[in-house]
Amino acid sequence: MTALLSIRDLSVRYRRDGVEALKGLSLDVKTGERLAVIGESGSGKSTLALAVAGLLARGVKIEGTVEWKISRSRTPHSFAPPSVLPDISPSRGEIELSHPPSPILNAAEGEPAAELLISPLEGEMSGRTEGGAVERQLSHPRDTIPLLGRDIGFVFQDPSSSLDPVMPVGKQIAEVVRTHLKLSWRDSYTKAKTLLERVRIPDPDSVLHTYPHQLSGGQKQRVAIAAAIAAGPKLLIADEATSALDTIVQAEIVSLIRQLVAEDGMTLLFISHDIALAATLADRIAVLRHGELIELGETRQIVEAPRRAYTRALLDAHLGLDAEPLLDRQGASP
Amino acid sequence: MTVLAVSNLAKRYHRGGKPFAAVDDVSFKINPAETLALAGPSGSGKSTIARLVLRLIEPDAGRIDFEGADFLAVSGAALRARRARLQMVFQDPLAAFNPRATVARVLDDPLRIHGLASRAERPRHIAALLERVGLDPALAARAIHEISGGQRQRVAIARAIATRPSLVVLDEAVSALDVSVRGQILELLLDLQRQERIAYLFISHDLGVIRAVAHRVVILDAGRIAESGDARAVIANPQSAIGKALVAATPRLTRDRP
Amino acid sequence: MSRLRRFFRTPEAKAGATILAVLIVMALAAPMVFPGDPQAIAGPALLPPFQDWSLPLGTDRLGRDVLAELFHGARTSLAVGLAAAAAALFIGSVVGTLAGFASGLIDDVLMRITDAFQTVPSFLLALAFVSIVGPSLGVVVAAIALGAWTGPARVARAEVLSIRERDYVAGARVIGMHPLEIAFREVLPNALPPVLALSSVIVAAAILTEAALSFLGLGDPNRVTWGGMIAEGRTVLRTAPFLSVVPGIALVLTVLGVYLAGEGVVESTAVRRSLS
Repeated sequence: MTALLSIRDLSVRYRRDGVEALKGLSLDVKTGERLAVIGESGSGKSTLALAVAGLLARGVKIEGTVEWKISRSRTPHSFAPPSVLPDISPSRGEIELSHPPSPILNAAEGEPAAELLISPLEGEMSGRTEGGAVERQLSHPRDTIPLLGRDIGFVFQDPSSSLDPVMPVGKQIAEVVRTHLKLSWRDSYTKAKTLLERVRIPDPDSVLHTYPHQLSGGQKQRVAIAAAIAAGPKLLIADEATSALDTIVQAEIVSLIRQLVAEDGMTLLFISHDIALAATLADRIAVLRHGELIELGETRQIVEAPRRAYTRALLDAHLGLDAEPLLDRQGASP
Repeated sequence: MTVLAVSNLAKRYHRGGKPFAAVDDVSFKINPAETLALAGPSGSGKSTIARLVLRLIEPDAGRIDFEGADFLAVSGAALRARRARLQMVFQDPLAAFNPRATVARVLDDPLRIHGLASRAERPRHIAALLERVGLDPALAARAIHEISGGQRQRVAIARAIATRPSLVVLDEAVSALDVSVRGQILELLLDLQRQERIAYLFISHDLGVIRAVAHRVVILDAGRIAESGDARAVIANPQSAIGKALVAATPRLTRDRP
Repeated sequence: MSRLRRFFRTPEAKAGATILAVLIVMALAAPMVFPGDPQAIAGPALLPPFQDWSLPLGTDRLGRDVLAELFHGARTSLAVGLAAAAAALFIGSVVGTLAGFASGLIDDVLMRITDAFQTVPSFLLALAFVSIVGPSLGVVVAAIALGAWTGPARVARAEVLSIRERDYVAGARVIGMHPLEIAFREVLPNALPPVLALSSVIVAAAILTEAALSFLGLGDPNRVTWGGMIAEGRTVLRTAPFLSVVPGIALVLTVLGVYLAGEGVVESTAVRRSLS
C-alpha cells in the first residue's frame, strides 16, 4: 500500500510557552487506511492533526516535512478562493525543501501523480487576500496542492464553534460544494441535501434551512461531517470529534464515520484520547506521548500485545464493562 | 438512616415556548458511604437533578430530605449553613474556580464561611486538606490556573471535603481527566468514602466508570427513571431500552481474546 | 514589560501617551513653576503672546499670566476628569453588579433608575445639579459623575449576567458563600475589564463637561479652569483671540490624548487576548 502522506521529523514549537508540542515525529499514513492517533493531553495529537491540515497559527515554529501524494486526476481544475482557505504553499515557514517537487508515476493507481513537498504549516484560516495567495503560488500546478476542504476534510471536537451560528446549515454545506466543485447554487443545495441524507439527518429538507443552535450536539456534528466530506476529500481528519458527545451518540457518529470512509474510499486520521474507542474504528493505532511517537502498530497488536509499558498502562487504565471494579480492589462496601 | 431521599422530583423548562420536563417524577435514596450513580444520555436530566439536590435551582414539585430533614424548607442563612454537609465537585476543574483564585483562597473560603477554624489556624487546616488529597501543602501559594488538571480536581475534592459533608455530588467529575489521572482520582474518592463515610451522587455518562465505583445505578431517559438497581447487575443485564443502548454503545477492548 | 511594548507599538498610543505625560507634568509642576496665585495680576492687561519673555503667552483682560493659568488649569481639568470618571465607574460597577446578580425586582428597579438618568442629557443634569447645590470642585465632580455612571452600569450588568451562570459562581453558592460576597468578591472583579475599557471615553467627556460648566460660570470660582479662561476671552475675542484659542487648543489636545491613550490600552489588551 502506498502512503498518502509521509511525515518526516516534524517538530512543532508554540512560541507562547516554548515547549515542543511535537518532537521530530515521523509517520506514514497509508492510502485508504483508518489510522488512530491516541494520547493524553499534551501528547501533541491535536497539533499533529492541525499540522497535517495546515491549520497551525502564524508564529508557530515548525521543522520537518509533510510529503503528500495526491493523484492529479482526482481534482481537475478546481481550486478554492484563497480568502477562506489556509495557505499551505511551501514558500512560507521554516521548512527545508530537500529536493524540488517532481511529478512521478503513482505505481499503485497507474496514473500520473505529483509528489510534492509542501509546508502544511503556518497556514491560517482567514484574512488571506487573493493577491497575497497569488504571490506565494509556486511553480507546480495549483491543483496538486492539498487544500483543506477540497483534499482534506476536518471535523473538530466542538461543532458549536466550527459551524457559523448565523448561517443556515444547508448554506454552510452548499458553500463548500460550490467553492470546491464549481457547481451552481441550485446544484450545490441539491448536493447539500444528499449529504445531509448521507450523514443520516432525519428530514434533510427542513434541516437545510435551520441554524446550528436549533440542532442537538449529535446532529450538529453530523452537519459538520457533511460539510467536511462535501468536496470528496481524500483524507478525513476527526480531531476528538466524538469527545463532547454522550456514549450513545458517540457510537452512532463512529459508525457513521466508518461507513462514510468505506463508501468514499477516504483515508481516516482519527485523533482520540480513548484507546478503546480508537480500537473499534482503526486499522492501525499510533500512540503519542509528550510529542513523541511511542508505538505504532496494527490495532490488534497494540491492544493484545503492546510493546511499550506506556501503551499497556493506557490499556490497563481503561475502565471497560469487563474490568474488575475498583470497589472490589479496595474491598469497601457500605 | 438515609443521607438523601428524593421523592417525585419534577422540573419543567420552556424551550421554544413549549414546556418540556427536564426531570419528571424522579425518586431515589442514598445511604451513608454509598455511591449512587445517575447515568443516561445528554438531556436525560442528570445534571438538572444534581442542581436540584444542591438547591442551585428550585424544583416545581417533589420533596428532598437531607439527613432526615426537609431540605426544601430551609432558606437564607439556614440554607447556607446546611450546605456544609452537602458538597459538589464539577466536571471542569478550571471553570469551577474563580480564575483569579489561589489554591489557599479556594480552601480558605469554606473554612472561614462555616467558622471551622480561626484565621490563625486556617493555614494549618489548608495544609492538612492538601495532604489528605495527596497534594504537596506548598501548592497552597499557587494560582489555580498554574497547576495541572489532575491537581485542580484534587483541590476541588479538598474543598468539597473541607466542611466534612455527608454527601458529595460528583457531576461528571472525572470525565475531563486523562485516563491515568482518572484512575488516581477515583481511588482517592473511594478512599475518602471508606474513611469518612461520605455518600456520593455520581453523575456520569460512562458506564465503565460507573461500574468501577458505584454501588447502585439509576438510569435516566428524558427526565424519567428507566431502571435502577445494583450497578453491576443492571449493567450486566439491562432491562430498559435506554439501558441496553448505553451498554451497547460503550466501547470495549477485547484483550487477550481471539 | 512586553505589555508596555505592545502598548507603544501603535503611533496613536505613542501620541496619546506623550500628550498625557506632558499634561501630567504641567499639572504636577504648576505650583513650582508658577508659585503663588495664578489669578494675581502679573503685568499689563491684554499683552499679546511672545512679546515679553517673562510672560510668554501674554496676559488677559485683567493682566493675569496666561501660561500660569494654563498650567493651573491643567490641574483642575485632570483632577475633575479623573475624579468624576472614577466616581462614575465605581457607582456604575456597583449598580450594574447588583442589578445583574440580584435579577428580578432589584434588577428592574435599578435598571429603570438607570434609564431615567440616561434619558436626561448628562450636561443638563450636571447644569441643574450645580445650579441647585452651588459651584465647588466636589459638586462639579459629583455633577459630572451623575450623568456618566449609566454606561458603566449597563456594561457591568451585561458582563455579570454572563459570569453568574459560570460554574465557579455555583461553586461559591455550594460552599455557602453569602450572595453579596459572591457578587462583589467573585463576580465583580471578573466583570471589570470591559467596564474599565470605557474609562478613557468617560475621562474625556468629564473634562469637556467640566470645561463647559466653567464656561457657563458654574465652575469652582476659586480655581483657574480652561473653560473659565475661554469664557473670559470671549468678551475680547476680536481684539485678543489668543485668550480663547490657547486654552481651547489645550482642551482639544487633552481630550485627544486621553482618548488615544485609552484606545492604545484597549488595543494592546485585545492583541493579548487574541494571542492566548
